[in-house]
Amino acid sequence: MKFETVIGLEVHTELKTASKIFCGCTTEFGGDQNTHVCPVCLGLPGVLPVLNEKVLEFAIRTGLALNCKISHYSKFDRKNYYYPDLPKNFQTSQYDLPICEGGYLDIEVGGETKRIGITRVHMEEDAGKLVHSGTISNSEYALVDYNRTGVPLLEIVSEPDIRTPEEAKAYLEKIKSILSYIDVSDCKMEEGSLRCDANISLRPVGQEQFGTKAEIKNVNSFKAVQRALEYEQERQEEVLSEGGRIIQETRTWDDSRGVTLSMRNKEQAQDYRYFPEPDLVPIVVDSEQIEAIRRSLPELPDARKARIMKEQGLSAYDAEVITATRPMADYFDALIAAGAEAKAAANWLMGEVSKLLNACSLDIRSCPVPPANLAEMIALIEKGTISGKIAKTVFEAMWNEGKTAPVIVKEQGLVQMSDEGELGNIVEAVIAANPQSVADFNAGKEKAVGFLVGQIMRQTKGRANPELVNRLLKEKLTGK
Amino acid sequence: MKLNRKDVEHVALLSRLELSETELDKYTGQLDAILEYIDVLNQVDTSAVEPMAHVLDIRNVMRADEVQPSLPREAALQNAPDAEDGFFKVPKIVE
Repeated sequence: MKFETVIGLEVHTELKTASKIFCGCTTEFGGDQNTHVCPVCLGLPGVLPVLNEKVLEFAIRTGLALNCKISHYSKFDRKNYYYPDLPKNFQTSQYDLPICEGGYLDIEVGGETKRIGITRVHMEEDAGKLVHSGTISNSEYALVDYNRTGVPLLEIVSEPDIRTPEEAKAYLEKIKSILSYIDVSDCKMEEGSLRCDANISLRPVGQEQFGTKAEIKNVNSFKAVQRALEYEQERQEEVLSEGGRIIQETRTWDDSRGVTLSMRNKEQAQDYRYFPEPDLVPIVVDSEQIEAIRRSLPELPDARKARIMKEQGLSAYDAEVITATRPMADYFDALIAAGAEAKAAANWLMGEVSKLLNACSLDIRSCPVPPANLAEMIALIEKGTISGKIAKTVFEAMWNEGKTAPVIVKEQGLVQMSDEGELGNIVEAVIAANPQSVADFNAGKEKAVGFLVGQIMRQTKGRANPELVNRLLKEKLTGK
Repeated sequence: MKLNRKDVEHVALLSRLELSETELDKYTGQLDAILEYIDVLNQVDTSAVEPMAHVLDIRNVMRADEVQPSLPREAALQNAPDAEDGFFKVPKIVE
């Protein structure tokens, strides 16, 4: 039997406010255990939480960026569950009146655009962190750090519109891109500021009704989400093909072993008994406020990508890579503004610049070569002053020494050799010194040319104009 | 009967309460009486009344995003039944 996979994702993102959602404790990551806590986030009796206005603003920003309808009337609810990561035995969240509903985002997989629905975006508080002695199942007790408790979170719930693990990854990348564009979250998966739970089920192709789903937790990279879903898809297919039944349960992803495992937990029969949070009053937002926030939104990745494709003639792929993060897209725009040719600018950005940034673990915002300097160097290639190959050396020197391209080219004598007479002499000398290669060439071995080019480049320390070398070599070898 | 023993057992489990057989019987009766009483309230016609999310007629109480000092850790842990290395210490979680 053929099965179709159905996936829905719940993304939790920590908002980059200075203080927590309902109290003034700092949201700073790290910090000694239980030093960012107060009576409110510890849930001591008699305290009153008060909503951080920035959280509401960020939630609306996010909803608008995800094409949601913003609720004019919204409220908080208590989600009751007993787990020590929350000191109150309930999480303050939103249930039936979330701040945003009914949005979507577009992803691109295999050259096709697909629209994924967003069910809702709601505000809630993050939970604390448990430190287990040994593994979660064999430890005798757990230690709890409540620093993270009360850090503002948005939960973004997708419709079950995702059909493959690859689409799931593309969806997450898009969410991350949008959240960082609108500047509401750091989106650092390694610090837990972007997290994902995945619901996955299989159904026979053609069947309307969804199959029984499993929820996968504890996945902390986009790659891991894809792997966990691939594993789970295969596991469920095997169970169903053998006539078995899928049990609705929560499974945890074990990254090192590459498997999902059942979390046998008493709370499996989930019953959160939501009820309105009496300590927080309802939130009323008028159209004017919503429109003001809409006007403050920056150009979003899709629009920016479309603009770059249209104005600069870049391919969809190049435009996608360049607009994936806002700082990268800003750098590209600055290159163009400084006069760089678009395709060359894109190639340098996706090539050498990204390579060196990765090697130095740097963000493009701290790139040591300012866009204007890189644009100037690209202009030197266009003018034929330096070759594309030498440009890599020049760029590295710019990166390391902080000098401009013309200065480095002058200091190191890297100007391209384009004098036909001068280069012609070198070509002839190389031909004379390598009779075997010449014989190979005459015997039809085209590869011999490459060796001779290499020799010429060595003699000229890479400065020879490659096009001219190729032309001269062919002319002299074939006697034309 | 609005409520049976099984319901009470379920709610007790969710609330992490261990109830004896006598307590189960007792609470089933008491909770049932409460729900019966709610039925009286349910007789009121509320079709023309907007659902209410809060008893107070106040909206939009918010604070600016400013960091305030947190508690000293010793104070935070002062009432904890058990602590270790600056952490709250709790019994094992997964059965």
